[in-house]
Amino acid sequence: MARPLHTPGVILDGFRLEEIIHQGGMAMLWRVTRESDSAPMLMKVPRIGEGTDPAAIVSFEMEQMIMPRLSGVHVPKFVAAGDFAAQPYLVMEALAGKSLYARLPDLPLPYDDVAAIGFKIADALDDLHRQHVVHLDIKPSNIMFRPTGEAVLLDYGLSHHDELPDLMQEEFRLPFGTAPYMSPEQLRGVRNDPRSDVFALGVLLYFFTTGERPFGESETLRGMRRRLWRDPHPPRKLKADYPPWLQEIVLRCLEIEPAWRYPTAAQLAFDLSHPADVKLTARSERLKRDPFSTVLRRRFNKELTSPRPRAALSDQLATAPIIAVAIDFDGTDELNDELRLTTERMLAALPSARLACVNVLKQARLSVDMTLDAEGHNKHIDRMVRLKDWAEPLKLADNRLTVHVIEAIDPASAILEFASVSRVDHILIGARHNTLMRKLLGGVSAKVAAEASCTVTVVRARL
Amino acid sequence: MLIAFFADIHANRQAFEACLAQARADGAERFVLLGDYVGYGADPDWCLTAVMDLVDKGATAVLGNHDSAIANPGEQLNAEARMVIEWTRGELGIPQRRFLEALPLTVKDGDRLYVHGDASDPKHWIYVQSTTEAATSLSATNAAVTFCGHVHKPALYTMSATAKMTSFTPKTGAPIPLTSGRHWLAVLGSVGQPRDGNPAAAYLMLDTNKNEITYCRVPYDAEAAAAAIRQKGLPTWLADRLLVGK
Repeated sequence: MARPLHTPGVILDGFRLEEIIHQGGMAMLWRVTRESDSAPMLMKVPRIGEGTDPAAIVSFEMEQMIMPRLSGVHVPKFVAAGDFAAQPYLVMEALAGKSLYARLPDLPLPYDDVAAIGFKIADALDDLHRQHVVHLDIKPSNIMFRPTGEAVLLDYGLSHHDELPDLMQEEFRLPFGTAPYMSPEQLRGVRNDPRSDVFALGVLLYFFTTGERPFGESETLRGMRRRLWRDPHPPRKLKADYPPWLQEIVLRCLEIEPAWRYPTAAQLAFDLSHPADVKLTARSERLKRDPFSTVLRRRFNKELTSPRPRAALSDQLATAPIIAVAIDFDGTDELNDELRLTTERMLAALPSARLACVNVLKQARLSVDMTLDAEGHNKHIDRMVRLKDWAEPLKLADNRLTVHVIEAIDPASAILEFASVSRVDHILIGARHNTLMRKLLGGVSAKVAAEASCTVTVVRARL
Repeated sequence: MLIAFFADIHANRQAFEACLAQARADGAERFVLLGDYVGYGADPDWCLTAVMDLVDKGATAVLGNHDSAIANPGEQLNAEARMVIEWTRGELGIPQRRFLEALPLTVKDGDRLYVHGDASDPKHWIYVQSTTEAATSLSATNAAVTFCGHVHKPALYTMSATAKMTSFTPKTGAPIPLTSGRHWLAVLGSVGQPRDGNPAAAYLMLDTNKNEITYCRVPYDAEAAAAAIRQKGLPTWLADRLLVGK
């Protein structure tokens, strides 16, 4: 069994305990150092002893299983783990600075600041979900930022890994999480839905923009359960100047039914970074909560609100990709028709996919380009109109379609950068048939296909 | 060290060869065989001879119910299985039959236990198909990890220090750490007759350094294995089911 571990200076498996920096109900956090290792490190030690909540031990076991499997900038780097047979611990990278919790006294924050923070968190969640993990405890104290700007998600003690046994699921029938941020389905014991993290991020966005928690702070099960049928006050009721696009995003995250929320964190990140393209539904105009009749229907119509079986985490991500199609108006109509046909085939199989139509408005390298062309048309707006016209036969709902005209010198680099920033999963791009020019300069599609970090489909019109 | 585990080979030469080849290519240094080398399939002599060869070179093997039925007509088997066993008796020579008779029901290997079915009553061949049976089996041993087969569907069970059970359907190729302080029961999928809807042959790899297990699958020439069953005049359902993994 574990022996108590309370004294600075103790050396454990090569790690020297320097100072205790946090003492929580479930674990202690120590700052530790190791010889020949200058990186700042933290050691998390679970509280084990008589009267310890078994949940604390199991939660620590889960974190020990999950953390070594995570990688990338959005998680603290895993260093070492100590066995339960001797002294259980986890050593990880210590991040500089404070968590988002430190911003609470400054709330509410400006809308654009919150959207920027929200984008970074959604981006980190997307990365985590792609690593098979649902966090299930997204809240300000579990979020930090690297000096380079990326959000880092902390604490995997309540998380679910799609490829590992979920020890929390079967051992404890009570919901675990942080009351104000917990999704309705989490309250019902569902632990494998990535949209639960989208909900928690919605709570955070609401809180940071209004200064109010959408579902209060009640910690009782009865108080928490109200969110199964009662929707929050629309932010515009609390703040008259609340931007409709932001209310649209926040209320969509907070939908009671997971299927009505953003299907993926990547799609949420996309909207947070393209406010002008957010489709404004009735959500964006709402000034009052749902009428009492709606609330009663939700409250007492059990089959409408009962959890239903759902696909695995990875399937959820796979059916809701962001697809970007690059349209070149200097190309032939045949090629653009072929691109539309390929797009249509792909979207038919993926009802939750989003399509971003991209056109690059080429800028001359040296001269300052004129916004107006010879006939006095605004080139940018003209291209937007033509993109919409290209997409019109696809008959996509507004929330599945966005159009983007990018002004750039190098079309391939512009498309690659757009794909990277917008977390695009699949690029469709047309290729012209061989010409002397293409042979000499290399095609845009060739460069995109060679350098993209996602799947690229190169489309050609048949000769 | 990497140890490869095989269960329920059931005289399926094509599947066994494919699993052995992949396990060796992935660096397996030891082999553990969890019983039912014969029955259902068309190549009992080849499969059993291969098993004996592995055991000669240091592999560990335990007895399965079909293996036991070769010498004990009293073993309870369904009609199809019994017919195949009757045919198998006429296929195995003296060394093979002596080998089966000498196999142990369980083997304790450090903190690991190897058994064909449930460990609380190994000679009654109880299927471990739910947390209830897994709890019974785990309560009967102090081994940290039990490996068994018999069910033909991969599953993983674990019991906490407070005797709470968790079950999990493993994902192919995803390593799972067997954390200490709790007991684990790994039920293997079948090499020679998978029944989880995936016709690919199943086995398991244990990395003793990392204390991680990985459930593995290998696609193999199931058509050839099925054709051999039909060619020997064995029940055709035993051939058909290989193609669908049922």
